[in-house]
Amino acid sequence: MTAAARMEKVAIAPDGGALAKSSAQPLLIVRNLRKYFPVKGGLLNRSVAQVKAVDGVSFQVMAGEVLGIVGESGCGKSTTARLLMHLLTPDEGEVIFDGLGLGARDGMTVKELRRNAQMVFQDSYASLNPRLPVEDTIAFGPMVHGLPRAEAKQRARGLLEDVGLAPERFGRRYPHELSGGQRQRINIARALALQPRLVFLDEAVSALDKSVEAQVLNLLVDLKEEFNLTYVFISHDLNVVHYISDRVLVMYLGKVVEVGPVGSVYSRPAHPYTRALLSSQPSMDPDRRKTEPPLSGDPPTPINPPSGCRFRTRCAFAEEICGRVEPPLLGFGDAGAHQSACHMNSAGSGHSLAAPAGTAA
Amino acid sequence: MTQVNAVRRPANPLDETRDRTPAPPAAAKESAVVVYKGQSYWSNVGRRLRSDPTTVVCGLIVLAIILVSVFAPLIAPMDPYQAKMLGRLAPIGTAGHPLGTDELGRDMLSRLIYGGRISLMMGLTPVGVALAVGGLLGVVAGYAGGWVNMMIMRFMDVFYAFPSIMLAIAISGALGAGIGNGMLALTLVLIPSITRVTESVTTQVRAYDFVDAARATGASTTRVIVTHVLSNVLGPIFIFATSLVSVSIIIASGLSFLGLGVSPPEADWGLMLSTLRQAIYINPMLCALPGIMIFVTSLCFNLMSDGLRSAMDVRL
Repeated sequence: MTAAARMEKVAIAPDGGALAKSSAQPLLIVRNLRKYFPVKGGLLNRSVAQVKAVDGVSFQVMAGEVLGIVGESGCGKSTTARLLMHLLTPDEGEVIFDGLGLGARDGMTVKELRRNAQMVFQDSYASLNPRLPVEDTIAFGPMVHGLPRAEAKQRARGLLEDVGLAPERFGRRYPHELSGGQRQRINIARALALQPRLVFLDEAVSALDKSVEAQVLNLLVDLKEEFNLTYVFISHDLNVVHYISDRVLVMYLGKVVEVGPVGSVYSRPAHPYTRALLSSQPSMDPDRRKTEPPLSGDPPTPINPPSGCRFRTRCAFAEEICGRVEPPLLGFGDAGAHQSACHMNSAGSGHSLAAPAGTAA
Repeated sequence: MTQVNAVRRPANPLDETRDRTPAPPAAAKESAVVVYKGQSYWSNVGRRLRSDPTTVVCGLIVLAIILVSVFAPLIAPMDPYQAKMLGRLAPIGTAGHPLGTDELGRDMLSRLIYGGRISLMMGLTPVGVALAVGGLLGVVAGYAGGWVNMMIMRFMDVFYAFPSIMLAIAISGALGAGIGNGMLALTLVLIPSITRVTESVTTQVRAYDFVDAARATGASTTRVIVTHVLSNVLGPIFIFATSLVSVSIIIASGLSFLGLGVSPPEADWGLMLSTLRQAIYINPMLCALPGIMIFVTSLCFNLMSDGLRSAMDVRL
């Protein structure tokens, strides 16, 4: 197959074939993803400890949905995205994209994955090459995948239009000649240049001021409709995640603690950490403002995380069982779509607040 | 969730992207929109360089020296090797010898012009070769990191441990005198410092998200380096290399002075300085001439490097 024909195939995929296929199975399945970073030290610079940044994360992303990932700083949200893009090599874990296992036999290569999945980074400035006109930055990806220069530029200009920047005015500019919001639009255009089906948005709007953030969020929603995209939206901003996501996944210290439909998680949070996280949102009503912090202390170090449930050191309901047994991620509400990893929600776990064995929660 | 819904106001006046009015016909658009040409980074640098008088003057001097050296046979008034035993050490301003004659009665002006050829070659060639070799090693070390970096940089540190002039003398002493060996010695001396500078700049650039974004497109490592890393690394290394030209000229002169570089009767500023030093009590001004040429040339390269640095060092 020629290079151009391959691009053609990618161009067609999001409309017809992909959607019909994806209703049957998730677009992305992640199983037991793990990444430990060595801590070097000592005389010979040997690895003396490991930062357990992402420790056995599993989730699915359905085609056409927006999965929000929330959690404190350092909980492994960004690492997860970088692992899935193979910008970092996972220590362990299985990634299945549209039924094809990454690196498996008859599966998908990293390069193929990168054509189908793209990423938008938080720092709009650092993620653009300061020496390249933005048009060339956008055209780089398609050229890598074999599109001739002229066509790649044509596509870049079309994408500039799509993200609301006039190609004639902005195409030849350098990143320092653009505002933060404009730069983030360029980053989005660059991510879309390969016509991906899945886009990881790693704190993509967090560095923007509120009015620009709203513009970019609306742009993302429009683009999703237009190009049939699936988003994994990583953010620490609970309001933004609530607004844009269909499902939300809560991470704590490299583990998934709760996942479910956004309405269900926000209205009936099951894990004490999710509850604390949600109640940490400032109230818009001055009469209802909170004076007590919902969570005290810093998260424990991921080098030596607590045994059992990782949240138990800050949890008001922690019991003996929590230190002994790691709670599994179990479904309970919404026909099992809402899952949490807490002994209190697991019938017969031995926690005093859990339902007795054999009864449904 | 009123606050959340407030984010998505359909008629947000700030939000220009929301109203997707159909684009006007291409012809009308063409005339209405001012096409933005873009101030390229390099055209900006060029503009800043031109507005800096020191750099312009130094550049012109260097250019003049280079041109005179290249066209030496056409410009030199006399044969630089033609000795005249009767007219030795003629003072500056002697008829027929505007800059006098040396200890063998050879015309100083012609010898300085021819000497510039060798001195400039000994200044520029080692820097050029070291830039290619050291730059490549540095980019590889900086981009790859890990044990590759360790191997390359520790190897360079071994050379770095010696004072550069001592190392140059040792290498060319071991290889034997001659222009070729001298240049080889200079190249080997310059490689470690260029490698080190390149490595540190590359390591910085490597950490930026745009390199990860480029990798995330599925581009090969070579392609990422060529398109995204080199464009950000070359500038600083080029500045550094310019400043090394003067170092190279001075070390080359030193080698010639010690008899390790050029051999007589070849003219070279360093060698001329060496042979004329016996006449320093007889005609000090004459003896100073090759030294002045070395001084002016290396000063100009240094000042040009400074000008280039300030023109390129823009917080974008």
